[in-house]
Amino acid sequence: MTEKEAHITIRDLTMAYGDFILMRDLTFTINQGDIFIVMGGSGCGKSTLMTILIGLKAPAKGKVFYGEVDFWGADQETRDRIIRRAGVMYQSGALWSSMTLAENIALPLETYTNLSPGQIREVVKLKLALVGMAGFEEFYPSEISGGMQKRAGIARAMALDPEILFFDEPSAGLDPVSARRLDDLILELRESLGTTMVVVTHELASIFAIGNNSVFLDVSIRTMTATGNPNQLLAETRDPNLLQFLTRGEKR
Amino acid sequence: MAARGEITMEQTAADTLKVVLSGHWKLGGELPGADKVLQMLERGPGVRHVVFDTRELTHWDTGLLTFLLNVQAFCTQQQIRLNRDGLPPGARRLLELASAVPEKKDARHTEGRVSFLTYLGNQTVDFFRSAGEMLEFLGDTVIAALQLIRGKAQYRRSDLGLIIQAVGVQALPIVSLICFLVGLILAFIGAIQLKLFGAQIYVADLVGIAMVRLMAAIMTGIVMAGRTGGAFAAQLGTMQVNQEIDALRTSGISPMEFLVLPRMLALALMMPLLCLYANVMGILGGMVVGVWMLDIGFIQYYNETVAAVGLWNLGIGLFSGLVFGVIVALAGCMRGMQCGRSASAVGDAATSAVVTAIVGIIVSTAVITILCNFLGI
Ligand SMILES: Nc1ncnc2c1ncn2[C@@H]1O[C@H](COP(=O)(O)OP(=O)(O)O)[C@@H](O)[C@H]1O
Ligand SMILES: [Mg+2]
Repeated sequence: MTEKEAHITIRDLTMAYGDFILMRDLTFTINQGDIFIVMGGSGCGKSTLMTILIGLKAPAKGKVFYGEVDFWGADQETRDRIIRRAGVMYQSGALWSSMTLAENIALPLETYTNLSPGQIREVVKLKLALVGMAGFEEFYPSEISGGMQKRAGIARAMALDPEILFFDEPSAGLDPVSARRLDDLILELRESLGTTMVVVTHELASIFAIGNNSVFLDVSIRTMTATGNPNQLLAETRDPNLLQFLTRGEKR
Repeated sequence: MAARGEITMEQTAADTLKVVLSGHWKLGGELPGADKVLQMLERGPGVRHVVFDTRELTHWDTGLLTFLLNVQAFCTQQQIRLNRDGLPPGARRLLELASAVPEKKDARHTEGRVSFLTYLGNQTVDFFRSAGEMLEFLGDTVIAALQLIRGKAQYRRSDLGLIIQAVGVQALPIVSLICFLVGLILAFIGAIQLKLFGAQIYVADLVGIAMVRLMAAIMTGIVMAGRTGGAFAAQLGTMQVNQEIDALRTSGISPMEFLVLPRMLALALMMPLLCLYANVMGILGGMVVGVWMLDIGFIQYYNETVAAVGLWNLGIGLFSGLVFGVIVALAGCMRGMQCGRSASAVGDAATSAVVTAIVGIIVSTAVITILCNFLGI
């Protein structure tokens, strides 16, 4: 495999809410075309890490680089420009509740491309079909199930064919078959469009199936304890917490 | 390199159409639509197979996939076999993923236009239904209130305290301002007329009676409708959106007792007090005009006001205040509880709460005034 280019570099990052320090000294690299898994127990700060990477919350300390650009050292305009090339699926779906699914997906397209309404309709149709929700264009978010809201959120995140996709627990609340299809989709998007993916997930099956790089946030010592390919981590780690996580508590 | 997507088609066998895709098939670039291919398939008789040749295809993304999805949908419909082998492997697999789950056919369509008569009918039915809902809500509230009297209502005292603070103390500045100005305005208007007769001292009567009996309660009511009724609707509406109210119900807690009752109590308690305070502010406003513009002495104005404003007037004013408080709370809570599950539904609920409350205030003022007339007070 050729040496990959770094897409996002995180250096000495400390995340905190006020005085409450969540995680400190995070240093890792997300490469171009990685499917990067963020692992860790509930409440350890995975979603918070994502909000920092997508420019919603400033880190307490440390730096985030997109390519060569110091993300949080740059001005708002630069950050906006970088984030426009990213797609985000939030943990709660965060669909705009007063718009139909079609309108939800069309909004970024209408804002940032000059596609005709007909083309936009076709793109919307494709994106919904890709997440297994063809035909749900005219539904409102409140009229579909939680798992469907997640999938629609993914469709919206993919609308603009972004260079990097952030998924916060995409398969939580999905049936096993849909979860498997989602894994296939993630792999396929990386294969064919070269999209970098940052995925927060607890699904062990997914982690091993799709992840080629990862970071483990250990809540007990408030820092990261490992980074690398999850399969390799499972084989090599000596850290009881990580081992426990990767084996559903069966080995320690 | 061609920076645009191109299609050429050739019939390689009697029943086989070969679609050759070349160039740059990226969204936002110049792309031929699927129509060309579809037309060809429709016209070309006896085409039963479609194959692709994409060796000249340099770049692709969603733009290619939407094209393929269109062609595929048409082929499925016409029972034409679509051979995906010639496609780039990634596109082939994504297309397979996109067709893994069949399209939901019974999906709802957007509503078409309705005729005026249908619209009128719907509106009428809605009106009666909403009147029915209002009565039902009132009934539920009364039941909750009875629970309270029996000492069995489930609500948190601390909530009640917070709500009382929000609807009482925190409303003082705006109520002061509005009622002081209303008193001032009434005095101005009265003064112009009364001066003609040299009867400016009666400005005190005018302002006193108008404020105490009616205006203080109405103005406070309207301020509270906008300030508190809207807030109640937005709070309960957001809880409805997040299913918090369902969660209360399934925990065996009545939302009527837990959410509506404290709000109702708080407004019913605070509105008369706010009215009393508004009376003072309104009379002060009148007094400023009386003393500075009309040269009525301070003491004289005070005495005239005390003589004019009877206890009955005060009683009616405070009673109106109580009624308005109940109306504002009812309207706010009801619209909040009826709220749909979207952000714009919360907005609608807040708007509707304010409108309902203001209409309720004006109508009940009319009723109270007519009743008082009958009773001769
Ligand atoms: N807005 C906030 N203000 C203060 N603390 C927060 C906030 N959001 C999350 N937290 C705290 O940060 C921690 C991590 O939250 P989160 O990043 O959502 O965890 P998770 O890893 O489950 O996604 C939690 O302990 C939570 O209490
Ligand atoms: Mg989270």
